[in-house]
Amino acid sequence: MAAPVFKNPVIRWIDHRLPIFSYLHHEAYEYPTPKNLNYWWNFGSLAGFMLVVMIVTGLILAMQYTPHVDYAFNSVERIMRDVNWGWLLRYLHMNGASMFFVVVYIHIFRGLYFGSYKAPRELLWQLGVLIYLLMMATAFMGYVLPWGQMSFWGATVITNLFSAIPVIGDSIVTMLWGGFSVDNPTLNRLFVLHFLLPFVILAVVVVHIMALHRFGSNNPLGIDTKGPQDTIPFHPYYTVKDMFGLGIFMMFYAFWVFWAPNALGDPVNYELANPLSTPEHIVPEWYYLPFYAILRSIPDKLTGVLAMGASIIVLFFLPWLDRSPVRAGTYRPIFKWFFWMLVFDCVILMFCGKYPPESYWMPFAGEIVDATTFTERVAELQGIPHDQALNAVGEMWGVNAAGGSFGIKIVRLGQLGTLYYFAYFLIVLPLLSIFETPRQVPLSISKPVLGGGKATAHATAKSMEKA
Amino acid sequence: MSKRRIILGLITAITGLAAVGIVAANPVAHSEVHSQAWSFNGFFGSFDQAQLKRGHVIYKDVCSGCHSMHLLAYRDLQDIGYTEDEVKAFAAEVQVQDGPDDTGEMFDRPGKPSDSFKSPFPNEQAARAGNNGALPPDLSLIAKARAGAGFLGYDGADYIHSLMTGYVDPPPADVTIPEGMHYNTAFKGHQIAMPPPLSDSEEATLDQQAQDIAVFLTWAAEGNLEERHRTGIKAILFLVIFTLLAYATKRKVWANVH
Repeated sequence: MAAPVFKNPVIRWIDHRLPIFSYLHHEAYEYPTPKNLNYWWNFGSLAGFMLVVMIVTGLILAMQYTPHVDYAFNSVERIMRDVNWGWLLRYLHMNGASMFFVVVYIHIFRGLYFGSYKAPRELLWQLGVLIYLLMMATAFMGYVLPWGQMSFWGATVITNLFSAIPVIGDSIVTMLWGGFSVDNPTLNRLFVLHFLLPFVILAVVVVHIMALHRFGSNNPLGIDTKGPQDTIPFHPYYTVKDMFGLGIFMMFYAFWVFWAPNALGDPVNYELANPLSTPEHIVPEWYYLPFYAILRSIPDKLTGVLAMGASIIVLFFLPWLDRSPVRAGTYRPIFKWFFWMLVFDCVILMFCGKYPPESYWMPFAGEIVDATTFTERVAELQGIPHDQALNAVGEMWGVNAAGGSFGIKIVRLGQLGTLYYFAYFLIVLPLLSIFETPRQVPLSISKPVLGGGKATAHATAKSMEKA
Repeated sequence: MSKRRIILGLITAITGLAAVGIVAANPVAHSEVHSQAWSFNGFFGSFDQAQLKRGHVIYKDVCSGCHSMHLLAYRDLQDIGYTEDEVKAFAAEVQVQDGPDDTGEMFDRPGKPSDSFKSPFPNEQAARAGNNGALPPDLSLIAKARAGAGFLGYDGADYIHSLMTGYVDPPPADVTIPEGMHYNTAFKGHQIAMPPPLSDSEEATLDQQAQDIAVFLTWAAEGNLEERHRTGIKAILFLVIFTLLAYATKRKVWANVH
């Protein structure tokens, strides 16, 4: 592609010495993009948008925030009450974290379904997983800053996980805390890191985009672009499509910010941190819940921590676990089912992370009850004494199907969910690569599209019949 | 749209809704908190100023005997419809310690609108000593620090209302309540140190007073609620127009792509 000729002499002068405009023209304007991307491909740019929103609002909030255990909570309230538009900035930032995760989760599942992690995009995928890890760390540190009850106890629980490491675990925790408990030095370092990490994320995002632009976007057919007939320039086609998606997404974002700004958070965090009083349930924010459920599924602390870590690490190896040559799930009849089960599994795990592990979920009664109540119900339904029911509940692995009632212990459900999560990556995908017969994949992007949208489904259906 | 895409869309939507439900739902509920229809909810929700004033009177006459509200200043009361002079009068009712003066002595002076609400106790120990060992929580954020009922469960006002109306005296036959404690259906564990603060009176029913104080405390925790709703409406109007224009532009730009 020839370098563009700029009309503006100043731009021409600069570009001759520093070809930044040529670069932008090449990468953001004429950048050839598959012409068949659907709306699931909007979420990458939305994630970029959220990163900018978080950095800008966070920067202004940091100008008003005081990272000290005696002042942090009240300085946040000062932002809410006395700083001009402070409430808006804080609610944008607070709910922005949730929105960022919503967008990134959709982005990740899109990649999982359409095989975006497969060759030659393995590094692109791994950089994405790295961004996700950094996001989790950043969000955790940010949650500590208001110094509410859940901030404090969340920080205590999460930093304590490191103590599971043999021999050096306790020393690591002391170093993280900067003392012998979560205190002012902890808050200071978490604030500094919370400020720093978004810029690290930004840097990795730049590399992520560089890796993306090497081979260009994957697409819903999961096949390579064969030539100019398959692509369109990024601008104006995808800039305008992303704008439309952005508008829809911002309405969703605005709903939370303006009408339910505290719905996604825990009310307990509006109480000042108190090291002497532990909240009844320590529950992380929703975006950590599946991992929290995996952590709690395993009674042994070290194994639990390792399992939680492994649940993310396994994503780094995904390109070599799924060896099926077909990228898009659309053409993989069996994979599809397992994929949607994985989505469902993650929702189940979220659910398990939310509720106390010792409680029982009674799906038909639509209730979650504690162990005592559940045992009482079992005793009542089966007409047996309470202590016998207690045994029955234990023996039945937390399941009681008598008298039309059914209950499962949250921790058991979480174990089943954890099992499927790992089985999907470590057993299902490798086996599917061998045993699944994929449907016939279209030859090129433009070929089945000739003659407009209707013909696409038709042509695909026909090739299916032959296969 | 093909049938398959509709089904896929539906699956995604249901999964998403289930996820939102999980995220927003309350943890295991032990207590009875009932959802109320609050005037401040909904897209155009706002406070009723007369109700806020009634709630303020209840706070001043009843709650403030034990509960502090240190994040609010007397000047904030102008937001609920009091005049500057009325606010000055409220502030002047309390004596505030100030200083040191030129001789290094601390001195008492009448409160000013810029002072924060005076706390009934000088410190936690004094508060506990005066309340049978229990600590009356600060009420500045209580409406946001307690879970409500309903779909999203973030209206602490539900909880406050249920707590005010949840006293049962005498307690159920199978429950023993220690001396100095009270039975309340909304409180966790049903055993609360606070004696019933409100009761039916000639001016207003218990339910009405409970609503009034719940609304006042919601305002105290979230004084910018009305401004937030107004800003939200403007933001949504802007976004609707922006999105429609973006969609029209997208259709036009993409018209010749096959």
